[in-house]
Parts: sequence; structure tokens; C-alpha cells
Amino acid sequence: MIQSPDLPLWAAIIVGIFVLLGASITLIGALGLIRLNSFYERVHPPTLGPTLGTICILVASITCFSTLQSRPIVHELLIGLFVTMTTPVTLMLLARAAVYRDRKEGSPDVPQE
Amino acid sequence: MKRILPFPLLSATLFTMWVLLTGFSPGHIVIGAAVAVIVSRVMLALQPEPSNIRISSAIPRLAGLVFVDILRSNIAVARIVLFKPKERKSGFIHLPIELQNPYALATLAVIMTATPGTLWLQHDARNRRVLIHVLDLVDESEWVDLIKNRYERLLMEIFE
Repeated sequence: MIQSPDLPLWAAIIVGIFVLLGASITLIGALGLIRLNSFYERVHPPTLGPTLGTICILVASITCFSTLQSRPIVHELLIGLFVTMTTPVTLMLLARAAVYRDRKEGSPDVPQE
Repeated sequence: MKRILPFPLLSATLFTMWVLLTGFSPGHIVIGAAVAVIVSRVMLALQPEPSNIRISSAIPRLAGLVFVDILRSNIAVARIVLFKPKERKSGFIHLPIELQNPYALATLAVIMTATPGTLWLQHDARNRRVLIHVLDLVDESEWVDLIKNRYERLLMEIFE
């Protein structure tokens, strides 16, 4: 097990809570892939990971490295920004492909143009 | 000014990004400035449509709103996944939209898809409407209201 003796107790607690929270939220998002029924419903839950999940992990990372190096480390904000801005593109692409196919097959669940 | 920095906002963003990534040292501030000036000129070759973003209090207000909505809808979607409420139904909505600026529409698309629970599918420029999919569809007009009043007004302020 890797020890980090330089991290004070209060920081270790904050980092631990946020890492666990972020990981749990991402896990819930992944669970949604199994538990929901249709493709369009299943597109929604994975966004939990790139939004709140990422935010929690980044807060933990900022706290950890700002305390260890005793200066504010904020470049994690860039990770958050890029992840949040790019994931929707993939999701839209997937959903558009599904809509296109469903319309072509004349599926009654999808509104026609 | 326009000749040296054709895209001032892009240059400022590149500079901030460089300094954030490398740490505040005089050498990197100089390199960052050079990168910001030279790299932003690459965009000249692409000839993008001018965006005319108005810098006002609407931008931080929109950012705050998006942050709060992302938190709230994360909790809502997590609850749906964990407890699977029986009466929930999902569905498609045709959302009438007045925004026409492509940058504003792209921003709205990213905001709505990044927020768990709503998914942007298709923008129909001719009929001025957007097809969205909502995970927890209770009342269609409520969603239309929410998006029109919450986001569209602010985006109009920023982009149009």
C-alpha cells in the first residue's frame, strides 16, 4: 500500500470522501446501462461520470496536490472543461445514428421528420 | 489590433491554458504569449464565421446555472437508475427554438447533452425546432418552458 505521510489528516479525509463519491457516481452511471430498457434511455446515465463524477475526482485531486505542494494547483479545471465539452459530441453522434436507423426501419417509437 | 490578433478571445484562452498547464514562470509566460499569437492565426485559414460574443454578466450567470442544473440532474438520474420508479416514462419532445446563431445552438446542444437526463438529437433549421429526448418526461410544456426561459434567453443575450 502506498503511504502519503505528508498529507495532513483533514486533507486526507476530504480527498478520500471526494474520490469515493466520484467513483460511486460513475459506477451508478455505468449501472444505468444495465438497468434501463431502451437505447435512448441508456444514453443518459453514462453522462453521470463525465459530469459530477469528474468534478468530484478533480476536487479531490486539487485538494491533494495543492496541500502537498502548498500552492494552488488548478490545471485540473482544464480537464473538467475538456471532458464536459467533448463527451456530448460522442453521445449526440451515437443517438443520431440510432435515430437514423430507427427511422429507416420505420420504428414507431421515434418521431419522423 | 485586428491584424496582430484576429481572434483575441481565442488567443486569451490559449494563453490562459498554457500558463495553467505549465505553472507561473516568466519563461512560460513568454512562450504562452507567443503560442497564443501564432497559433490563433491558424484559424484565419479556416475562415470561421465571426461569433460576436458579447462579454457580459450573462456568461457567468449561464455557467452557474449549468453547474447547478448538472448537480441536480445528476442526483435525479442517479435516483432513477438506483430505484427505478415505476411510473417514470421517457420520450421525445419537439422544442420550438428561436436561436439561429450556430455557435449559440452548439452551446445549447452541449449544455443539454452534458446535463444528464436530456439529450439533443436534431436541429431542424427550416421549422426552427429541436428534437430532444428526455429521460424523465412528466410534462412536455414544462420542459419547453424551462429550456426557453432558463437557457435560450441567456444565450440570446450572449450570442445575438
